[in-house]
Amino acid sequence: MKNNKSKFSKYLVSGVAALALAAGAAGSASAAENGKFRVGIVTFLSGPAAGPFGVPSANAAKVLVEELNKGNLPAPYDKIGINGAEIEAVIIDEAGGATKQVEEYRNLVQRQKVDAVIGYVSSGDCLAIAPVAEELKTFTIAYDCGTPRLFADNPDAAYMFRTGLDASVDNIGAVRYLAATRPDVTRLAGIQQNYSWGQDSWADFTAAASALLPEAEVVEEQFPKIYQGQYGAEISALSVKRPEIVHSSFWGGDMEALVLQANARGLLEDATGLLTCGEASFATYKDQAPNGMIIGARGPFGQFAPDNELNTWFEGVYQNAYDLEPVYPATKMAQAILGLKYAAENAGVADKEIPSAEQLAAAMKGATFESVSGTVEMARGNGHQAMQGITYGEYHYEDGVASIKNAVSFDGECVTPPEGVAAADWIADGFPGAKCN
Amino acid sequence: MTSLLAVLIDGSIYASWLFLVAAGLTVIYGVMRILNMAHGSFYAIGAYSAASLVGWYFNNGMGPAWVSYLLLVGAALVAGLIVGVIVERGLLRLMYGRDEILMVIITYALLLILEDGMKIVWGVSPYFAYQPYSELGRTSLGLLKVSNYDVALVGVSALLGLGLWAWLERTNQGKVLRAVIHDREIAVAMGVNVKLMFTITFVLGTTLGALAGALTAPAISVVPGIGIEVIVLAFAVVVIGGLGSIGGAAVGALLVGLSRAAAVHYAPEFELFVIYGVMSLVLAFRPEGLFGRTLARKI
Repeated sequence: MKNNKSKFSKYLVSGVAALALAAGAAGSASAAENGKFRVGIVTFLSGPAAGPFGVPSANAAKVLVEELNKGNLPAPYDKIGINGAEIEAVIIDEAGGATKQVEEYRNLVQRQKVDAVIGYVSSGDCLAIAPVAEELKTFTIAYDCGTPRLFADNPDAAYMFRTGLDASVDNIGAVRYLAATRPDVTRLAGIQQNYSWGQDSWADFTAAASALLPEAEVVEEQFPKIYQGQYGAEISALSVKRPEIVHSSFWGGDMEALVLQANARGLLEDATGLLTCGEASFATYKDQAPNGMIIGARGPFGQFAPDNELNTWFEGVYQNAYDLEPVYPATKMAQAILGLKYAAENAGVADKEIPSAEQLAAAMKGATFESVSGTVEMARGNGHQAMQGITYGEYHYEDGVASIKNAVSFDGECVTPPEGVAAADWIADGFPGAKCN
Repeated sequence: MTSLLAVLIDGSIYASWLFLVAAGLTVIYGVMRILNMAHGSFYAIGAYSAASLVGWYFNNGMGPAWVSYLLLVGAALVAGLIVGVIVERGLLRLMYGRDEILMVIITYALLLILEDGMKIVWGVSPYFAYQPYSELGRTSLGLLKVSNYDVALVGVSALLGLGLWAWLERTNQGKVLRAVIHDREIAVAMGVNVKLMFTITFVLGTTLGALAGALTAPAISVVPGIGIEVIVLAFAVVVIGGLGSIGGAAVGALLVGLSRAAAVHYAPEFELFVIYGVMSLVLAFRPEGLFGRTLARKI
């Protein structure tokens, strides 16, 4: 009797497992063969990065895919879907760390059978995914992460691309903005989140300042824990050193809390704040950020995107859908999707045919395509990394309306290290070969 | 000299905030012997409730700014009361008498559930209730400018600490509660309604957590995950002071607040380490915390 029970249990377990496998296989097969272009979209849907980055990005992806499937985009993207095939987006959460994301990526590729993946805000996730993209031979676009190591650590990447800019551009651009608009500043201070993003940003900023603002000295630097939320002591420490510029690469809730507290305590009246990610909270500052605070958007995105036909169209549909202006993460997501569409439609395959990862990669490598942020040149990282200019400007809030004033743009060749040169070396050598207007 | 003044001011302000966060945690542990991992979620619920209510008040141009301070406190009281009663009656009451470790796991599960619940209710976008913070203005002390709201928090925290002390030491209910803390079985034998005392204590602890969140909300961007960040700090403070001791929590908060402020001003590279450095130092000499009681183990 005991044996029979045991056998029955074994059969039951085996049967359930077989059914599950069969169901999974059937699901995968139908997904791969439904004639649609299936794209995995990975961004933060939970956790502290969801509000400032993930949700605007996911919203941009949703509205853009919907409009692409209707064929509503302006030329040259007016073909329905991607290369005539309807787009099916699988949106997943980036939260949980790099190990989980590698599992999720494998799941997207091997079970969900996606034709391409677009995603990743976190640099740690990008670095973890890059070798897996090569192993699984899957066309992947990193849309937001900024680590310079993405292609430095993966120089032979064939399937990994990035349509957003390298983070060193943010800080070289920030110093160039100061040199152009406030060449006489002498007292710099910084407050950064205490992890690689904050430390690397501050290192790039101070190195670039040494080269471009030789009279300036760093009077204070603070590295509070990420997500700390309370910056009373740090604001006091900065205040007593009387800086003229307070640089910060803070993002999300930390950045909003810092602006709120520093403004209430007068630090941002006595010194000018310079927030490299500041544009992401453009709609939420209202009168809690001082007029004249310098903000960036990590490239020509969000409020700094140009008035071209594509961007005007994108801003319109985004605003109609969400009653909000797109901030820079939304623009960057739109750019990545347009990059994918460009690659698919220039891969030399028949109408409605879905190109292979190799065909997509060949079309994308070194390409120049039009985007919501203007012309994008895949001119760095052996043709895998986008090069674009960057713009900084001052936040102003008057009569209930927020605006950008005194915006200054710098060309890609002015703020991007030459091919094969590390940003730190380029800065230390005094920006040889930089082409600035 | 300015830096020393700044250390004292910043340290006191940070300590008062830490005490607000830690008070509910230590009250619940002191009476119920539950190390409540979900305390951070109560803090976050208070912050979200207050930010929603105050945001709604100002967005609709409702009236004078002073009303918003009442709304902050009111939101915390209502949220703490509702959540406290539901959690205590609906979950913890079924678990009393179990091992302390099991209670940690149960409250950790509760924390995960509440974190997701908050996302369902409030979404993931930030909430702001900055008006109460900026309306009070600031005071200049030489190069240092201090937010009056932050200074007021020191007063609120001190009043709260005194109130808790007076309640425990000077009221009949406090005496009964101390009897429960001292020996639960004898208290039951003497006719004390321990279950009722547990409900009162848990709701009080929950409300204190929610109040800390509500009073913090005007100075921050209320986003998912804020509760998880504070629970680690609250644990450090409570462990330094001695689990279950309100006086210990106050002293622990002061120690951490002043040490951290000194580190930020004089040795910023040690700022992350200093809180846990103080905790390690205290535990090395007094494993039960500064004001914790050494208990004989029942066999």
